[in-house]
Amino acid sequence: MARFVVRRGISMIALLFATSVVVFAFFELIPSYNPARAIAGRNANATTVAEVSRKFGFDKPIYTQYANTMKLIFTGQVIDYQDDLNVVDQFKQRFPVTLSLVIPAGIFWLVAAILLGSLSAIRAGRIADRAVMVAAILGVSIPVFLLAALLLYLFAYKLPWFPNTGYVTFAQSPTQWAYHLILPWFSIAVLSIGFYSRVLRSNLLDMVNQDFVRTAKAKGLSQRRVFTRHVLRNSLMPIITMFGLDFATLLGGAALVTETVFNLPGVGQYEASAIGNLDVPPILVGAMFTAFFVVIFGALADVLYALLDPRIRLTG
Amino acid sequence: MAERLLDVEHLQVTFATEDGMVRAVDDVSFTLDRGEVVAIVGESGSGKSVTVMTLMGLTRSPNSRFGGTARLGGDRDLIAASEEQLEGIRGQEIAMIFQDPISSLSPVHRIGDQIVEQIRAHEKISKAAALDRTVDLMERVGIPRARDRARAYPHEFSGGMRQRAMIAMALSLSPSVLIADEPTTALDVTIQAQILQEVAQLSKESNSGVIFVTHDLGVVADIADRVLVMYAGRVVEQGTLDEIFYDPQHPYTWGLLGSVTRMDREPPRRLPAIPGQPPSLVNTPQGCHFRPRCPHAFDRCTEVPPLEARVQDAPDHLDRCWLSVEEKRARRLVDGRIGLATGSVTA
Repeated sequence: MARFVVRRGISMIALLFATSVVVFAFFELIPSYNPARAIAGRNANATTVAEVSRKFGFDKPIYTQYANTMKLIFTGQVIDYQDDLNVVDQFKQRFPVTLSLVIPAGIFWLVAAILLGSLSAIRAGRIADRAVMVAAILGVSIPVFLLAALLLYLFAYKLPWFPNTGYVTFAQSPTQWAYHLILPWFSIAVLSIGFYSRVLRSNLLDMVNQDFVRTAKAKGLSQRRVFTRHVLRNSLMPIITMFGLDFATLLGGAALVTETVFNLPGVGQYEASAIGNLDVPPILVGAMFTAFFVVIFGALADVLYALLDPRIRLTG
Repeated sequence: MAERLLDVEHLQVTFATEDGMVRAVDDVSFTLDRGEVVAIVGESGSGKSVTVMTLMGLTRSPNSRFGGTARLGGDRDLIAASEEQLEGIRGQEIAMIFQDPISSLSPVHRIGDQIVEQIRAHEKISKAAALDRTVDLMERVGIPRARDRARAYPHEFSGGMRQRAMIAMALSLSPSVLIADEPTTALDVTIQAQILQEVAQLSKESNSGVIFVTHDLGVVADIADRVLVMYAGRVVEQGTLDEIFYDPQHPYTWGLLGSVTRMDREPPRRLPAIPGQPPSLVNTPQGCHFRPRCPHAFDRCTEVPPLEARVQDAPDHLDRCWLSVEEKRARRLVDGRIGLATGSVTA
C-alpha cells in the first residue's frame, strides 16, 4: 500500500509537470497571442504594451516565464489577465459550486445507469430493453449545450417548474440549492446514464453465460440473489474505472457547458470564459486541477477495484 | 428393490437457433435408484450435458422447448416445475458438480462463503453454524487446513482443490441425486483418480444416486453401475456396466469401445477411431442417427429403431438397432476386438 501511494505520488508530479508544460507551450504557438496587449487594453499604445510586457515578464525567455508562473501558482499569487483576480482564490470560491453540481449528478447517473442497465439486461430483447437502449442512444447523442438549453426552455420558461438559472448555496437554503440544481444535475447525468447503461448491459449479458452463474443457479439461489450477488457484482468493474475518470474531469471543470448555460459560478464557468479570452493563468491552473483529480480518482478506482476483485493486487 | 430417485421418460430438449431448430435431446428415458451410479457416455455434442442440466432446469431459456417428464421421488416433475419449486430442489435435493472448477466458482467470493451461501439458501441457520458445517465438509473432501482455506478465493486454489470445494458444495445439503458433469475432464490425470474416488465414496456414504456424465470409458469402468450411451441426442444403448462392456449391442457402442487404447495390449499403429463425423443436430439424418457412419446399415435403418430390450434374459439392456442379436454378435468383431476381450476390464 505504501508503495502504491508513493508510485501514484510520483506519477501525480510527473503528470502535473507535463500538463503545465504542454498547456504553457501551447499558447506560445498561437500566432496572434499577445497577453501584454490584452492586459494593456484596447486603446493602449506601443509604449504601454511594452511597459506591461516588461512588468509581467513577457519579454523573458519562455522557460523563465514558465518558472515564474509556476512560482506564482504554488504561492497562490497568480492573477488572471481579464479581471485582475487571484486565480487560486477564484478556484477556492468556485469549487463548492462545482462540487454541488457534480457529486449529486455523479450519484444520480451511477444509480440510474445501474438500474436501467440491469433492467435492460434482464429484459434483453423485449420492449423494455429496446426502449431503454433507444433512450440511451439519444442520451449519448444529444450535445450537452442543446440538452441544457432545451431543459431550460421547456421546464423553466414554457413550464415554469424550475428557476431560470442561478445558484443558491447549500448553507443559505438546502431546498433552494437542490431546486436550482435539478435541471443542471439532469443535464450532466444524461450522457453518462446513456453510455454507462449500455456498457453495463453488455457486461451483464456476457456475465449471465458464465459458468459460475450457472453454479449459483444450481445452488438453488433465488433469481434475485443470483443476479445481484453474482452477475451484477462481477459486472461492475469496468463501470468503476469509467466513473473514476469521468467524475475527476468533471470536478476539474469539464462541466463548463452546463455551468455556463445554467449560469452556475463554478470552476468550469471560469475556465470557459478564460478560454474565450486566451487568459493563460486560469486555463493553466484548470488543466493542472483536472490532472490532479484524474490521478486521485484513478488511484481510488484502483483501490476499489482491488477491494471488489481479490485477483487484482495494487501495484503502482 | 432400491428406492427410485429419478424417472426420466421421453425427455426432449429443442433449442431455437439462427440455423434452425436443434433437437439436442431426443426421447431420452432412464431411471436412477438410491445408491446407484449411472454413467452417461457419448462424444461432445451428443446431448449428455444438456440432458442432466435440463433435470436441474439450467437449460431453460426463451429459446428452449421441452417435452417428456422427469419425476423426482416419484411425484414432482422437474420439467413442468415452476422456477420457484426448482429453486427449492436445486442444491438441496439435486446437486451438481461441473466440468471446469475454475470458471464454475465465483472469482470474487471466498470459497467458504460460496458454500455457506448454498446452505443458507435452504436452511435457516446462522452464518457461524453454516461455516462450521462448511469447514467439516471441506475436511471430508480432503482439503487440508480447511478453517483457513475457507477464507481463500478460488484463484488461490489448485485445480484439484477447487474441484474438491465444488464437491463439498454439492454435498453440503446431502442431496439424494448428485450429478457430476465431466468433473475430472479439466484436471490432471493424477488428480482425476483421487477425485473419482472421492465422488464414489462420498456418494456411497450419503447413499445418494449419482449421474456421471463423461466421455471417458476408463472412468465409466471404474465407478458406474449402469451405462447410457448417447449419440446425437438419443440414447442408443443402455444396460449394466457388464452388459455394455461385454455384450455391446449397438454398432456405435462397438466403435466407442474399440476406440479405447489399452495398456495391457500391444499399442496399435494408428489409434482406432469411428470414421466420419457426428451429424449436425439441425439436419439430423432420417431414421437412425448413426446410420451415415455405420458400416452395417441397411434399408430398414431409415426408420427410427425404438429403444427396447432385444437380448433375452436381459430386460434392462436396451438398444436402438435393427440388426438381430445374432447378426450383431457375428458382426461386432469387425469393428475391433471389443466385447470378447481376453483381458479383464476393471470393474
